[in-house]
Amino acid sequence: MTVDSLYPQLEPLLAQVQKPIQYVGGELNAQVKPWDEVAVHWALMYPDAYEVGLPNQGLMILYEVLNERLDALAERTYAVWPDLAGLMREHGVGQFTVDAHRPVRDFDLLGVSFATELGYTNLLEALDLAGVPLHAVDRDETHPVVVAGGHAAFNPEPVADFVDCAVLGDGEQVVGDITDVVAAWKAEGRPGGRVELLARLARVDGVYVPRFYAVSYAADGTIAEVLRTRDDVPARVGKRTVMDLDEWPYPKQPLVPLAESVHERMSVEIFRGCTRGCRFCQAGMITRPVRERTITGIGSMVDAGLKATGYEEVGLLSLSSADHSEIGQLATELADRYEGTNTGLSLPSTRVDAFNVTLANELSRNGRRSGLTFAPEGGSERIRRVINKTVSKEDLVRTVTTAYANGWRQVKLYFMCGLPTETDADVLEIAELAVEVIRAGREASGSKDIRCTVSIGGFVPKPHTPFQWAGQASAETIDHRLRILREAINADRRIGRSIGLRYHDGKPGVIEGLLSRGDRRVGRVIERVWRDGGHFDGWSEHFSFDRWTTAAAEELAPLGLDLDWYTTRERTEHEVLPWDHLDSGLDKEWLWEDWQDAVSEDEVGDCRWTGCYDCGVCPTMGTEIQIGPTGRSLLPLSVVR
Amino acid sequence: MARQPDGPPPPPTVQKLRLRYTKRGPLRFASHRDLARALERALRRAQVPMAFSAGFSPHPKISYMGAAPTGAASEAEYFEIGLSARRDPEQVRAALDASLPPGIDVLECVEALEGSGSLADRLDATRWRIDLPGVDADELAAAVQELLAREVVMVAKRTKNGTRDVDARAAVVRAAVAVEAGCAILHVVVRQLTPTVRPDDVMAALAAVADLRPPLPIRAVREAQGRLDDSGEVADPLGPDRAVRSCCQEERAPV
Repeated sequence: MTVDSLYPQLEPLLAQVQKPIQYVGGELNAQVKPWDEVAVHWALMYPDAYEVGLPNQGLMILYEVLNERLDALAERTYAVWPDLAGLMREHGVGQFTVDAHRPVRDFDLLGVSFATELGYTNLLEALDLAGVPLHAVDRDETHPVVVAGGHAAFNPEPVADFVDCAVLGDGEQVVGDITDVVAAWKAEGRPGGRVELLARLARVDGVYVPRFYAVSYAADGTIAEVLRTRDDVPARVGKRTVMDLDEWPYPKQPLVPLAESVHERMSVEIFRGCTRGCRFCQAGMITRPVRERTITGIGSMVDAGLKATGYEEVGLLSLSSADHSEIGQLATELADRYEGTNTGLSLPSTRVDAFNVTLANELSRNGRRSGLTFAPEGGSERIRRVINKTVSKEDLVRTVTTAYANGWRQVKLYFMCGLPTETDADVLEIAELAVEVIRAGREASGSKDIRCTVSIGGFVPKPHTPFQWAGQASAETIDHRLRILREAINADRRIGRSIGLRYHDGKPGVIEGLLSRGDRRVGRVIERVWRDGGHFDGWSEHFSFDRWTTAAAEELAPLGLDLDWYTTRERTEHEVLPWDHLDSGLDKEWLWEDWQDAVSEDEVGDCRWTGCYDCGVCPTMGTEIQIGPTGRSLLPLSVVR
Repeated sequence: MARQPDGPPPPPTVQKLRLRYTKRGPLRFASHRDLARALERALRRAQVPMAFSAGFSPHPKISYMGAAPTGAASEAEYFEIGLSARRDPEQVRAALDASLPPGIDVLECVEALEGSGSLADRLDATRWRIDLPGVDADELAAAVQELLAREVVMVAKRTKNGTRDVDARAAVVRAAVAVEAGCAILHVVVRQLTPTVRPDDVMAALAAVADLRPPLPIRAVREAQGRLDDSGEVADPLGPDRAVRSCCQEERAPV
């Protein structure tokens, strides 16, 4: 079968839309392979705007891994803005890939990476634009198999009706296994049709096929049980874990867009997983254990990536980059390598720790010294014990003051609001902290030209975390606490004018909460919202709280449920949670104990240094912590000045 | 006094190069900011020894001028770069061209002749070729005649600060109609005034004077950009610099 490019039909439409460059492809390091020379065709989607989706590391990694296979090709597709979507419907142009502008409808697989649940309506929009039936049961063997991945796929139940499979955990190896299954099934002449293909996929480690699991409900609305409907699929689906990151140095050739994107830099993932044990953090819980890339592995990825892209900044990514066992040496040796080249190195937000200031000083030696970001997350010492992110107020102030004394003019502090057990007083301490930081910072730097930005978001309880049982704070509670915080910060203008407050109101968090901990019954709410015109829910100018609450009220009422039941309701110990049959490795009993410890403000250490506390991941998944130091070091490169 | 970074100032500019490049095919949809980013990254990949500004946020010394609008193709975009070490212009051209995506092609690179004035001053007019599929050539010719016969044709132009009325007629120096492969083509020379009169504004003027409304999107290509000479032609803006070319041949250094 040949598949024609949609570009000739698309091009006249592009002259009529905003930022048309995002739809033309041709990025540096993009690949287009001949359709007929491979057996398996993957369309990879990031369900948000191109400028957000393009820099996504996960998608970039899978794009390269798949395209390296001789028997497969992968192309990318992103959410289309409403201006173009309208024109596409008017002119009968389907959802397309940006690489070769092939119709998504013609691919064997559509892989969708869900970093956040707010992308669900964009999946429905893309399926509809592609001409693929919205509901998995309505698709036949000519339609792509819709595969969900990413962190949100650890509870895919709200989109269970719309996806064919969900993949749990690291994608590098499982996409190869899926490709093998599809290739074999096609080579055999598609025996048994779509159902047989899905049954074969359901037997791939890490692949969950919702249609083979039946959910029944109790009279009180909770889940009675989830049972598999075939004997040849696993009762519980476990996640995948890539054990040696040095064997997977992707992306080797990072994509460089012409269009502006949200991250104007290249990134190298320096380790995966986190055992800090922050109780709110789904990423830290579901990506265990810690697996470090070695210093030499990181060095060659930075070198190759810079040569391939021409970027002037490299982000050293992970969930807590300063925790890499070789980070100090890495920072110094990378800064030495790129001395005098106007190349900047950066860490994402870090824990509050004086060592991080030293690190940041070292990393910014060659490039621009923008701001420093710390994430204390909780305003009071008490709430920081609840979330297991312990740092004393004195240490926090001392660290930030050190940053100002070292010439950093702008410090950003990340907090959350609406955490379990939180009171107004916990949030008001954020204001005290910020005031204290500015006072001490002015003294230490001898300058009034310093700023502190407090960035605060509403907490959303997530599956597979100790807070999965918690009642979410209502939008009113969040908005009330944000208001009193703002008033407290502005109480003294002489200090307050050096403090910026960035926040979002509590409404989107409530919807994220519904989608995060929802079950299959939430699917009808998502579909209703999309039918009523909802999409791009991560964008305040497109998100409509009213549309969501109306849809939730009308679709859930016949079931005797409502929005609060899914969000502000605290769950009990033995309630069957919608994701219980999906195994992140974490022991549910351990999670419950950790939840109880949280409420009693008891902390837990990091198993890298204080010994195992039996979270369950390593024995369940047959994995282990993999950290250095390796004792190796980076040799100088001959960098052209 | 403004704070200054520690350490020595960056190396000075020792050579200025002026380059012409294209915006072809799908890349006509790139905006001038997209192009600036692409060029800066390509300069780094090509390891061109850029001179940088001083200060806490050093920027490579690049000047962009007269960018064609998003959606319009171009054979004649210009920019100027400052180098911290001398390089052979042709080798810079080839290296930069090789590291840019197809469609952004670097056609020329010459060393700026000292004392020859700024490049921006030499870019005061554009010769456009506008393809108008689905438009009758005679109807177009009549509309163009009507436009040229007027002294003033005001059109509403969208700018950053809202809509603004602009005299499109004042910018039009010459206009002629041709037919190629059955498609009506408008060749038009437009003076670059402020605000710039673009192909869309010329089309708005034709709609205003003769109710000409193309049924399909138009396709505009900037064929040349430069100073208007006495005969109404657009002169090569790099012409005044070309005299310098022969004198740096012996100083070739690999890029």
